[in-house]
This record gives sequence, C-alpha cells and structure tokens, in this order.
Amino acid sequence: MSAPAPALAAAPAARPALDLQAILKDALLFALVTFGLCVPVVAYRTDLSSTSALDLTPRWGLVAILCGLVFLARLAQRLILASRDARRALTPSPRQATEAVDATPNAAQSVSRFGLPLFLGVALTFPLLAALGTGGLSESRYWIDLGILILTYVMLGWGLNIVVGLAGLLDLGYVAFYAVGAYSYALLSTTFGLSFWICLPLAGLFAALWGMILGFPVLRLRGDYLAIVTLAFGEIIRLVLINWSDFSGGAAGISSIPRITFFGLPFTADEDGFAASLGIPFSPMHRVVFLYYLILVLALITNLVTLRLRRLPIGRAWEALREDEIACRSLGINTTNTKLTAFALGAMFGGFAGSFFAVRQSFVSPESFNFLESAIILAIVVLGGMGSQIGVAIAAVAMVGGPELLRNLDFLKPVFGEHFDPNEYRLLLFGLAMVVMMIWRPRGLISERSPSVVLKERKAISGSLVKEGHG
Amino acid sequence: MSASPRLADPVLSVDHLTMRFGGLVAVNDLSFRVGRGDITGLIGPNGAGKTTVFNCITGFYKPTEGMMTLRHRDGAEYLLERLPGFQVNRRARVARTFQNIRLFTGMTVLENLLVAQHNPLMLASGYTLAGLVGLPGFRRAQGAAVEKAVAWLTRINLLHRADDPAGDLPYGDQRRLEIARAMCTDPVLLCLDEPAAGLNPRESAQLNDLLRSIRDDDDTSVLLIEHDMSVVMEISDHVVVLDYGTKIADGTPAEVQSDQSVIAAYLGVEDEEVEAVEAEVGV
Amino acid sequence: MEVFAQQLINGLTLGSIYGLIAIGYTMVFGIIGMINFAHGDVFMLSAFIALIAFLILTSFLGIASVVVALILVMIIAMALTALWGWSIERIAYRPLRGSFRLAPLISAIGVSIFLSNFVQVVQGARNKPTPPMMREVIVLFERNGYAVALSYRQIVIMVTTAVLLAGFWYLVQHTPLGRAQRACEQDRKMAALLGIDVDRTISLTFVLGAALAAVAGTLYLLYYGVVSFSDGFVPGVKAFTAAVLGGIGSLPGAVLGGLIIGLVETFWSAYFSIEYKDVAAFSILAIVLIFMPSGILGRPEVEKV
Repeated sequence: MSAPAPALAAAPAARPALDLQAILKDALLFALVTFGLCVPVVAYRTDLSSTSALDLTPRWGLVAILCGLVFLARLAQRLILASRDARRALTPSPRQATEAVDATPNAAQSVSRFGLPLFLGVALTFPLLAALGTGGLSESRYWIDLGILILTYVMLGWGLNIVVGLAGLLDLGYVAFYAVGAYSYALLSTTFGLSFWICLPLAGLFAALWGMILGFPVLRLRGDYLAIVTLAFGEIIRLVLINWSDFSGGAAGISSIPRITFFGLPFTADEDGFAASLGIPFSPMHRVVFLYYLILVLALITNLVTLRLRRLPIGRAWEALREDEIACRSLGINTTNTKLTAFALGAMFGGFAGSFFAVRQSFVSPESFNFLESAIILAIVVLGGMGSQIGVAIAAVAMVGGPELLRNLDFLKPVFGEHFDPNEYRLLLFGLAMVVMMIWRPRGLISERSPSVVLKERKAISGSLVKEGHG
Repeated sequence: MSASPRLADPVLSVDHLTMRFGGLVAVNDLSFRVGRGDITGLIGPNGAGKTTVFNCITGFYKPTEGMMTLRHRDGAEYLLERLPGFQVNRRARVARTFQNIRLFTGMTVLENLLVAQHNPLMLASGYTLAGLVGLPGFRRAQGAAVEKAVAWLTRINLLHRADDPAGDLPYGDQRRLEIARAMCTDPVLLCLDEPAAGLNPRESAQLNDLLRSIRDDDDTSVLLIEHDMSVVMEISDHVVVLDYGTKIADGTPAEVQSDQSVIAAYLGVEDEEVEAVEAEVGV
Repeated sequence: MEVFAQQLINGLTLGSIYGLIAIGYTMVFGIIGMINFAHGDVFMLSAFIALIAFLILTSFLGIASVVVALILVMIIAMALTALWGWSIERIAYRPLRGSFRLAPLISAIGVSIFLSNFVQVVQGARNKPTPPMMREVIVLFERNGYAVALSYRQIVIMVTTAVLLAGFWYLVQHTPLGRAQRACEQDRKMAALLGIDVDRTISLTFVLGAALAAVAGTLYLLYYGVVSFSDGFVPGVKAFTAAVLGGIGSLPGAVLGGLIIGLVETFWSAYFSIEYKDVAAFSILAIVLIFMPSGILGRPEVEKV
C-alpha cells in the first residue's frame, strides 16, 4: 500500500554463479599437464644396478600424488579467486572515485623510510640478540655465522646495485670480482705476509682494476649481450683458477690464509692474545663476533658511499644513463667513462667482500665462485628493487636466510620418511622461489625511486616511470 | 637567394654533407650556413633526410662525406664530423632535442636539469673525490646549478612541478622541459627536432616566444626541423628546404614560400609540368 | 693429416648437436628478445626423458631393432619436452612479457636452477650410462696405423641435423606459421593488430625450440652414452655462443655457429689442451660479442635516434 522505498542505487546484481564445471575442467587440465610433465622422469627412477646397467623403479604413486596436489591446488586457487571476485562485485568499493585519493604512504614507502634504521638497529645488536635467544655466546655460533653470511650477501648486493640498479648495466659475472678479491687477498697474505688492513684495500684495487680492464671492451654492448659477455668472463676466470694450478692452487685452492687479528692482537688463548689483553676468559667466539662486526662495517661503508655518490653528479649520471643513454650523450656526458666508473666501483666492493670471505674461511677455492653465485646476487638486486638499498638488504635476508632455514627442516622427517634430506630440495625450491617472486613483483620489493635532489618536497617516483636500463 | 647579414659570420657551416646507408643515399651533397644569432629552419617533406642531417651535426651519425664546422664567437673552430659523440655538446657546445622526447622519465624535473649541468658539476666535485669527502666547493656549485635550473623552470612555467617525475608531465610541458634541459648546457647552437609536434596553437605561440627569447637573450643560434609552417615561417630568419636528401631552396621565409620547386615538393605538380620542374630542380 | 680428418668429423658431429640447441635460442631471442636461460637445462631434461623412454622400450616392450627404438624414443622425447617447453613459457615467461627486461631473465635463471635440481632430486646425482648401441663404424681410410673412422652414430647425427634444418628453413620461409613468426619478430603489436595470434605464435616457438632440443638430447645420449643432471649449463652456454656467432635470429646462422663452435672445441682439445676447451668457447663468445655483435649471418642494427 505504501509507496515502495525510494530506489537506491540499482539493486546489487545477482550473485554470479560459480562456473563449477569450467573450474573443474581447468583444474583437470592442470593435473593432466602435470602428468605429462612427470612422465617419465618422475614416473621412473633410474639407478645403477650392480651390473652397471640401469634399473628402472616405477613410482606411479608419486606421480599420482603430484597430479592430485596440482589438481587440488589449482581448484582451490580458482575457487578462492572466484569467490573473491563475487564478493567484490557485490560490495562497492569504499573509495569512490569522487573522494580524495588516499595519500597515506603504502607499505613500500613506509618500509623505505623506517626500514634502513630498523635494519641497522637489528644488525648492530644481532650478536647480543642471538646470544640471548640461544642462551649463551657459544650456543649462538650458528646464528652469528648465518648473520655473517647474510651480511656478506648484503654487501655483494649493494656492490652490484651500483652496476645494475643505479647504472642499469646488466652484469651476470659479478662473482668474478668476488673471486679476484678473494684470491688477491689470499695470495698477498700468504706470499707476502701483509696484514689484513693492507691486503684488503689492495685486493679491492685489484678488483677495481680488473673491472676496468674487463669493462672497457664490453661496456658499449647493449643489455642482453653485456649480460652474456660478463657471464662468459666470470666462467673464464673460474676455469682459469681451476686449471692454472701454479698460480691459484688449482681445484684445491689456497689455504692457510692467516686469520684475522684484533688490530694486531691474535684471537688465541695465548698471553698476547686478545682475550688475555682484555682480561677476559678466552672463547673462540671472540673471533666470530669480530668478523661479524667487520662485515657489518664493510657493508655499511658500501651503503654510505653509494648513498653519497647518488647525490653527487656521478651518481645522477649513472641513473640518467640507465634512463636514456642517448640523451646523456646529447648532454655532453662521457657515457663510456661513466659506465666504467660504475663497473669499477662495483668491482671494488666485490673485491672487498672477497677479501673478507678469504680471511673468514682461511681458505679459497674456485668452487665458491661459480655462476650460481652471480645469479643469486643478481636475483637479490632485482628482487630488492633496482637502486633501493633497503630493498636489497631485505632481499638478501630472504634469499640467503630462507634456504638456510630450510636446512633445519629435519622435523619433517617423520612426514616424508627417513630418506628425506631437505638439503636436496634447497636449490630446487630456491629456483622455484626466484620464478614466483618475479611473477609476484617483477619490479622488486621496493619499486619506487627516491629523487637525489629536491627543491621543495621529496616525492617518491613510481616504479613504472623508472627505466631499467639497456646496458 | 639574398643572404642575411648574419650569414657572413655563420655559427655552423655544412659543406658537401653526404650520408649513405648501404645503397640508400639519405643526404646528398648538402651545403648550407646557419647564421650566428639566427633562427634557421630546416624543412622538407617526410623522408627528406632532415633528422639524418641533425644526427650528423650532433654527433650521432658519422657522415659518409662532408664537413661540418662550428665556430664560436671567439674564433674557436670545431670539426663536428671528427668529434666523438658526447664532445659535440661538451666542447663544441651544440645541444639538441629529439623527435620522440627523450627525458629522464624516472627522475624529477629538477634532476633532469641538473644532469644537464653534469660537466661543470663534476669539475666542481673534483671528479667526485672532493665531493665524496664533503668539501664546500661542491655544495656551492650545486647551489648555483639549482639556481640556474630554477631560473629556467620559471621561464618555461614549470617551477611548480620541479619535484614531480618528468614522466608525469603533460606532453607540451615535456617538450618545453627538454628545451630547457638542452639550454642548461649553455649551448652556442641549439638544434630542435620538431619542437612543435603535437602542440596546439596556443602552445605553438608560447614555443615561438620561447625560441625568440632564446635567440635574443641567451646569445644562442637555433636550428630547427619543423613541419608546422606557422611556427617556421613566423619565427625563422632563414630557411633551408630539403627534398630526397638534396637542398632545393635556401633563403628568407618569404623567398622560400614562393619558390616553385618548394611548392612542387610539398604539393606536387600537374603531369604536364613534371618535366619542366624536374629540369629546374636538377633531378 | 689423419688426426685432422678425424677431428674434423668429430667436430662436425658435436657442432651439429650444438646447432640444434642453438636454433631454440635464436628463435626465442628473435621473437621476444629474451635469452631463454633454461634452454640448456631443457636439453638436459630431454636427454633424461630419452634415456628412460629407451629403457622402457627395450626392456619392457622388448623392441629389438635399435633404429626403430631410436625413432620412437626421439618422437616421445620431442613430444614430452615440447610439453615442458610449453609449460615453462606459460608459467614463467608469459606473465612477465611486459617491457621490464630483467624480470624474465631472473625467472629464466630460476627455471634453469629448478630444472637441474629437479632432475637431480628425482633421478639422483650420479651419471646415468646407456647400454652401448650402434657401435658400427665405417673406416674411411687408414694411414700410419691411425684409422679415420666415421661411425654410424655420427652419420645419424649429421644427417638428422641437416634434414631438420632444411625442414625448419622451409617452415619459416614458406608456411603461414613461419610468416606469423617472422611478423612477430619484426613488430609484435602490428602483427597482433593484423590478426595474428601472438600468444600462440610465441608458444609455438618455444614448443619447436624444445622439440629440437629434444632431438639434440636424444642424439647426445646416443653419441656419448652417458648423461648427468649438470649437463645442461655448459652445452647451453656453448649453444648460445653458437647462436650469437651465427647471427642471432638467423636459423642457418645458428647451425653454422654450432658447427664452428664444435670444430673449435674439438680441435682445441686435440691440439692444445683439453682442460681449457671450455675457456676457448667462452672466449670466442666474448670476442664475437665485442667485435662482431651481429654475428656472421645476422643483420647489423642501426640505432634509431
């Protein structure tokens, strides 16, 4: 009898029916493809029998499980997405187009601002935190070692960031400079007996020199080709190190590199040792903690120099080079020298990191300097978001810390059986993670660029405007 | 062909410039002068080779034959075909803009203008070493560079967008920014590749004013490629016309506008007249 | 002289295998401008697939004739490897096909790491030998007690490569698929506007590349008789060297480059030192890229300013 309520905005559309049949067919297709991919490498395992022939062990059960998992996973994904879309269609967004755009900083911007101080804070107090967490200094050795490993990769990432992130030069052979630094240090300290504080800068200079020699002929190549040439150089150096035994010790490497001292005080239990001089009981952990702070300082120097350089004309020229090399030339910038500087500087920091590696291990061998290392460091830089210092740090923690933690998955043994060795799966998952991370965030974690000079107001520049460089 | 008095002291002399790409002759025996303090227009139908000439002058192509001489007011001469690419800007002080705008889109407007002042700033930073240590000389130089950038931004009306990414600017603003960036290198000759492309009439008029003020106030000669006749004929002191890589006319705007071969090149001729025009043009 | 002739034959054989892999690299690079880092590991995977298929055919199904088994194995390997190639493209490359070039490269490296470790996990880390087959040789001539021999296997490899190259050349030049592929290489957007299904063409390119890698994998297995999960990286880089040497984007260039690399590697091992043979290949790569980036049969690129 009463008039109908004033018509609101059009009544919400009827809930779109979940096209279950299509979703099921899609999931089945995925399972079918998985089946095809599994046959025959998963379905049959080859093993050397006692007669040196190959035996085939069928594992159709495993294939069935894999296909089933893929089927369920895809089904779940489609169902979740479909229901999310249905929900979104029903509820209009609280942010109508006529409202002011939300200017609160998003997650990435917040991280940029607070991340670096936070990271610094944690890094500085980490040995203390580890000792507290594990109940003692000696017990925390594993964690402090892990911290040293992560910080080494952070430093390598920051070094490569100058080349790839700032200057946009695609370097797939960064491990070569790491190796040059390590071997230079090893040879200098074992042959000439020079101290760490002399060998380190020398090794870095060697690496920088090598960077210039390598860089000079190749830096005019465009992107992909530069990548492959640097990869080739990296491999050549590794192969030469393996085979030129007289010089490099061959596959056995160089060992008995003198250990680090506390500015002259050795970390031994002797009278003139570090512990005795301070009047505290000796612990092998002293050396480890010193190494930790050493790499932290080296990494921080890399960071500070990079941040400083970014504000100087050379840093701005690197970024302009990445944006548009032709425009740079038209503005009178010597692009060859600019690229060489980036390359040499990145090489130098790689060399410093290599020296640290040598003194930490007391031993260097070619196997530590293979292409996989270059790939990991590059992945750290790209995942971090080109040019972003904190992004690279986060990426290093994730990509180096993550697989390390996988080593401790022994608790899964009851599930998968006694033969389960998580180590085998580390690299497998690592490769998978690289793919997934690129698909998820192709521009890296922190994809925004912060300007190096500001007139009135510092505004972050969206990643979609920033070019990634063509070499 | 009456010569403007400023042609007697040309800032750029192009002599017998030829550019061949394999079998294709893009520029054929081209000679012309750019008068000091002139705005010179380089026009011609599409494919006439204008951008190729630009690329030769600004060091992006090495010409197959020919000479290009740039003369500063103090008599210093630079053979552009011998200079490595970036030296054309750095020593000869020839600046350019591009047909497809080449701004540093991921950098702010201000940063774009500072990159243009790279060379003096590098010197002031002691090739980075002094700057790294924090010596005051660099800070002063950077301040001066920012001042210069601000002056240009005010002149092109973009001061309010100094901290915005260059990629966010509307098209017309980007074109003006590119010109300002080129001017920040203090050039003696400014080469503009289709600066009015895509501009509406109001923006074209603003561009004309800007170019005139550059000619008058900054003591910079301008060489521009343009298709927009209203811009070219309005502000050029001198016009050179190309067709199929060859010069077909050279003179004041009025002379060029009434030149038969120019009209033929742009508009075509009646079939009966083809032979006559071809003979005249020398094809 | 005899050593030279023998090394020549060996080198051409090795080079044919590299050439087949190189075609895959050059086709993918030509059409989407991406270095398919995982291609070498796809090759390695195909060798494993061929191995297992061969074992199943001979022991379970009791196929006695080596030739028949070989042909069947090759077909099966091609089909399954093509499926892998298709899946990799769909999962790891297609979502990243925007303008940001580094992301697909990292993704490809990730796929490469995944594949080699996947095979290591599911098949174990040891080398896998095959039973010896097709051991017959034709002795070409003998001198100074050194017999220069051409083995049946070598004939098979070289003939197969020649036939496939001819077939692919015809495919690319004279069929609608080939035209679509060449159009996509030149200008993807325009090709799409003209109605070419760009996604399908790209998928097909990956599939064909993978199938060719499978042929190479089968032949590799036949020739060397042993395969291991780490056999993907170095042959992959060498094949890429071959593609660049011959001129990236050129099909005959890829095979030509492969032959040259195979010959250089074989002669270097014979006359200089075998430890540094890989260094020779990598050095060629560097030299070619520095001095002759467009390769032998490629077209030099003029930069548009």
